[in-house]
Amino acid sequence: MATIDSAVGTTPAAGAARSRKIAWKTELERFGLPLAWLLQIAAFGLAGPPEFMSWPNFASMFGSQAVLVVLTLAMLIPLTAGDFDLSLASTMTMASMSTAMLGQHGAPVSAIIPIALLLGAVIGGVNAAFILYFRIHSLIVTIGVSTAVNGILLWMSDSQTISGVPDDLVNWVVVERLFGIPLSFYYALLVALAMWYFLEFTTIGRRLLFVGRGREVARLNGIRVERMRGGGLIAAGMIAAFAGVLYSGTTGSADPQSGLQLMLPAFAAAFLGATSIVPGRFNPFGAVVAVYFLVTGISGLTMLGAQSYVQNLFYGGALVIAVALSQLVRNRRPQNFS
Amino acid sequence: MATAISPGSANSGNSNNRTRVINALEIAGLSKSFGGARALDGVSFSLRPGEVHGLLGQNGSGKSTLIKVLSGYHAPDPGGSLSLFGQPVPLPLLPGQSKQLGIAFVHQNLGLVPSLSVLENLRVGAFAEGRGLLINWRAERRTARELFARFGLALDPDATVANLPPLERALLAIVRAFADLRHADSGGILVLDEPTPFLPRRDVERLFALVRGVVREGASVILVSHDIDEVMEITNRATVLRDGHVAGTVETARTAREDLLELIVGRRIEAHRRAAGGGVPTHRGEAGGIRLSGLTGGGVTGIDLACRAGEIVGLTGLIGSGYAALPYLLYDPPRGVAGELLIGDPAAGGHRVAISRLGPGAAQALGIALLPGDRLGAAGVGDLSITDNITLPMLHEFLAPYGLRRRQMAQTAGRLGAALELRPNRPALPLEALSGGNQQKVLLAKWLHTKPRLLLLDEPTQGVDFGARQQIFAALDAAARAGTAILCASTDYEQLAQICDRVLVFRGGRIAAELAGDALSKTAIAHACMAAPDEPLAA
Repeated sequence: MATIDSAVGTTPAAGAARSRKIAWKTELERFGLPLAWLLQIAAFGLAGPPEFMSWPNFASMFGSQAVLVVLTLAMLIPLTAGDFDLSLASTMTMASMSTAMLGQHGAPVSAIIPIALLLGAVIGGVNAAFILYFRIHSLIVTIGVSTAVNGILLWMSDSQTISGVPDDLVNWVVVERLFGIPLSFYYALLVALAMWYFLEFTTIGRRLLFVGRGREVARLNGIRVERMRGGGLIAAGMIAAFAGVLYSGTTGSADPQSGLQLMLPAFAAAFLGATSIVPGRFNPFGAVVAVYFLVTGISGLTMLGAQSYVQNLFYGGALVIAVALSQLVRNRRPQNFS
Repeated sequence: MATAISPGSANSGNSNNRTRVINALEIAGLSKSFGGARALDGVSFSLRPGEVHGLLGQNGSGKSTLIKVLSGYHAPDPGGSLSLFGQPVPLPLLPGQSKQLGIAFVHQNLGLVPSLSVLENLRVGAFAEGRGLLINWRAERRTARELFARFGLALDPDATVANLPPLERALLAIVRAFADLRHADSGGILVLDEPTPFLPRRDVERLFALVRGVVREGASVILVSHDIDEVMEITNRATVLRDGHVAGTVETARTAREDLLELIVGRRIEAHRRAAGGGVPTHRGEAGGIRLSGLTGGGVTGIDLACRAGEIVGLTGLIGSGYAALPYLLYDPPRGVAGELLIGDPAAGGHRVAISRLGPGAAQALGIALLPGDRLGAAGVGDLSITDNITLPMLHEFLAPYGLRRRQMAQTAGRLGAALELRPNRPALPLEALSGGNQQKVLLAKWLHTKPRLLLLDEPTQGVDFGARQQIFAALDAAARAGTAILCASTDYEQLAQICDRVLVFRGGRIAAELAGDALSKTAIAHACMAAPDEPLAA
């Protein structure tokens, strides 16, 4: 993708002579978002209150938004396979709710986490079953499942925020710090690293990419398309459940409404991330940078005195603009998510 | 080149003028070049009012280019002229202009929306024009019924098109085109572009009855076809194109079938220029070949064929004859296809499998590879890199304990590209940045690297320039010499004659002829494809 605009049909020699110039352009495209992030920090640093530029501010931002990073990473897998999973935020909330409720009953962290991940896998499996067996568009199934899971959540929690998250978990997520940053941030980075490795250096990751880019091509190459898509949805459910565990650890509680506020930001970050690092491809490090770009913008604007509406405005606007940008990278070809 | 047994159309056009008949359509000196290649070279053509005029020719003879000039899709080279009902019309036509001028087209795909009703499909053109805001469905339905009744058709306006049999869909498309013509004052011109290949014989009769009805209502018809017998049956005159020239225009009733065939194929005697090593089938590899028996379903009936290791066997025929389905039936058969495939010698590690058990994964495991004709829709992904595309079937080779060796993948892609003289040979480029020929080299290299026992090809050199074509042929030849059995479905007779050891000609879903050795030439293949059906017509 990166060299999409490079000269085609020129002799190799001419191509090599031009490669320096082309490389500049692609590098700018790849690192445009990180650069914009730094510029944004500089701008808020100049315009905003001095506490914006303080390390504790950044450290807390890095830590508190790790949940959003992991949720965004969860979305990447179905997106890479060409499916939308709008239920991941609800899956996340379900995992955090079960973490809190199991904690209330005194379950140890070592039991809570596997149960939460299993719940994520089950919800992903339900999505996969409906999408693949009945051949329904993923958007429809996952919106439905998301809403149903939300209903179950409100019923489980009686619409209340549930506290009771084990102290161990809170300690290991936000209390313990490395360089002043809560451990949750490093967990998120580890997930990103693992996902990058998975997508780039495993045969399954390669196949997943083909499944998303050309279902028919993938099928005729002997890839079991349905199995890949189903596996992707289940894996995404588990990663979203991990985000839920982090959420409980970060806030010490579970809020049945929390997922709804994170769904759109995660989508915005996934698409914005696809314009960066590996432009034109959903990629984990692009997603990480995108999350912090969005979060920095909101935190900076809030410090400048903006009201809470700015959050929706920023995330919503960013999603549309990010998708528009990624379409420009793809030369405005129609997207074919089926 | 256009030395024909009958005068060209320009002459017959003049004689028409003397008898004061104004032609519905008159084309003179029309040419169209694509790059260096001339698809149409000084073509003249006339359509008399109220006639059915056949347009015949082999693939690549210029039929579709001519039709696309008329529809405004292609702009012709300067110099040609077009007049409709005596009125000169400046070329090129704008897209959509032909409809205003009273020319309507029915293409092979019919242009119907399957999920909508007959009535909605019938009126889609009128809705697109957007005259008036409101639709009076009751009146529309009544008008549609009247229209169908006029042609004796029993179409229900409220039926969903997807539920109609193929014949009724074709009839609907023709009636719709006719209805679009009705506001043309001169009766209009209906262009039917290969409407029949997928219809059984009885349905063709009914379709022709409708065409005659349309002519009675005052339209003139151009029928583009491969099929000599159909053209003989329905047309008043026929124009034959060969290599972009008009080979001749004939009065169909006064022309013998053989003469028409002669016009289509030409008398040119071809030199034997078979690819080196491809001429003499090698018998050493008997054990590695394939044997297919009793393949039935998916458009073919009772196909038995064998292809030895190292042999290239061509599959051809007219559109709809079943040859094109065969590569897919052996790789990715739809439900209900029966038959058995023997691959290799069962005594020496070969396999005997039921066709119904094949699928892309199973076929690959048996060493079967398919290179589909739809290059960027089915064979490769355009926006992924050459490396990604070329390494897909061999990823396991690059698997190290710590993951895929990406650098080695790129190196292998570069090496495979260099072997086929890929231009530019830069593995990081997206596949779609390459020309059609180079794309095909990548996709072929991908499968050849897996050393398949059976390689299935569908139009392997469609849209591929001359140079790349030779390189692809050389690669196929090398693969054959290394023991791969190759089945190649194509309508490019010249290519088949050049690379194949044998060519099987399909007709009506069965193998009708086999050409090999000295009998294998471009002309012979064309003759075999267009030969009269050996079975008597079911009247």
